[in-house]
Amino acid sequence: MEIFLMYLRVFVTGGLFCLLGQILINKTKMTSARILVFFLSIGVILEATGAWIYVEGFGGSGATIPIVGFGANLARGAIHGAKIGILPALTMGLESVAGGLTAVIIFGLIFGLIVKSRTKKM
Amino acid sequence: MSKKRGKQTYVFENDVYIKNTSTIAGPLEGKGNFGEYYDQVLENDSWGCKSYEKTEIKMRKNVIENLLRAEDITEFDLDCIMGGDLLNQIVPTAFSTREFETPYIGMYEACSTFGECLAVGAMLVDGGFMTKVLCSTSSHYGTAERQYRMPLELGSQPAPASQWTVTGTGAVLLTNEGTNQPKIKSATIGKIVDLGIVDPSNMGAAMAPAATDTITTHLRDMNRTPDYYDMIVTGDLGKYGRDLLHFLAGEEGYELADVLNDCGCMIYNDKQKATQGGSGAGCSCLVFSSYFYKEMMRGSFKKILLVPTGALLSKLSSLQGESIPGVAHAIDIEM
Repeated sequence: MEIFLMYLRVFVTGGLFCLLGQILINKTKMTSARILVFFLSIGVILEATGAWIYVEGFGGSGATIPIVGFGANLARGAIHGAKIGILPALTMGLESVAGGLTAVIIFGLIFGLIVKSRTKKM
Repeated sequence: MSKKRGKQTYVFENDVYIKNTSTIAGPLEGKGNFGEYYDQVLENDSWGCKSYEKTEIKMRKNVIENLLRAEDITEFDLDCIMGGDLLNQIVPTAFSTREFETPYIGMYEACSTFGECLAVGAMLVDGGFMTKVLCSTSSHYGTAERQYRMPLELGSQPAPASQWTVTGTGAVLLTNEGTNQPKIKSATIGKIVDLGIVDPSNMGAAMAPAATDTITTHLRDMNRTPDYYDMIVTGDLGKYGRDLLHFLAGEEGYELADVLNDCGCMIYNDKQKATQGGSGAGCSCLVFSSYFYKEMMRGSFKKILLVPTGALLSKLSSLQGESIPGVAHAIDIEM
């Protein structure tokens, strides 16, 4: 029962982010790139204000897997680095998301090689 | 006597026949409303080519060859191949036409290119300059997405007011000799109308005012009422755009409800979630060359007014916040 509730929380949190994205697509003229940056900025703001820990605590992967989690991670690294010095403030943001970024590049390369894009079937 | 009537309409005194047509449609279009009307339906949207651009070139080359074969003529019998598409520098048109040793006129007016080709082609034939003109336009979903929006690889979601670029091409042969084929009787060259729509995913709204202007000007110039035509069919306004055109024409005192339709709204069926409907330079060309031409030959329609509509934007202009100019040309086709 406990694990079911956890899955439900993750699903609802991720779903709410997607719902927000769909509303932005339908109701605004924002391009997909802008929506992406908007979500990333939300993550940065949530982390900087200290609210992210509650979002992550509630939603788990539903919060960390979407781009919002990437933004929060970026901000967390930079804030941590700023406590050490100016240079770490610039470098540690990317350091903390290095795993995610590298995964994106590697999987992007692999799937770019083995999969071909096509029009979706309707 | 001048061939010009009223402000913008030109009446062809000599016969300009649409001698024959040829079409190639994509897989999605093949499953749409007019599947059985297309001469050829592709099994997949790449047709064995490495890029969608190459596919579009192959489609254009084949549709022209099919038409020449059907008419039993060669590329040397044609006076001119005229056409356009949606991509930068109309590369698919130029690249496909280089396969033929025929004089070439490239045209670009986005989705209204087909109207432009028919109007200019009919003038050349009527004026006695040319006797056989081949008009062909095309579009491909994969190439248009890359050109105007995002590459398919990004997998971005379509906006509700957006349209689905038609994968397809058609070719029509205009001649001064024919028997019982449809004839182009007159054409109205449209003005560019821009009411300040800036949303590139709502092109129906950008094009509807231009379509209204062209249709009402045509009816005034020719002193006709909408019911003169069996159907007034616009190019690719989509569902919103068609409703907008109906409203705007109503304000000008023309009730179009009984005769108005739109190639973009007709091409896909309701089960296909193609948002507002089809669009693209291939849309009006494909629907006219297949459904309308064949139905006119069967006698279902006697007189239609084909009004291909175009949104003259580029990816850059819309990102820079420029509004979208619309244009439409009216081609009066009668049996």
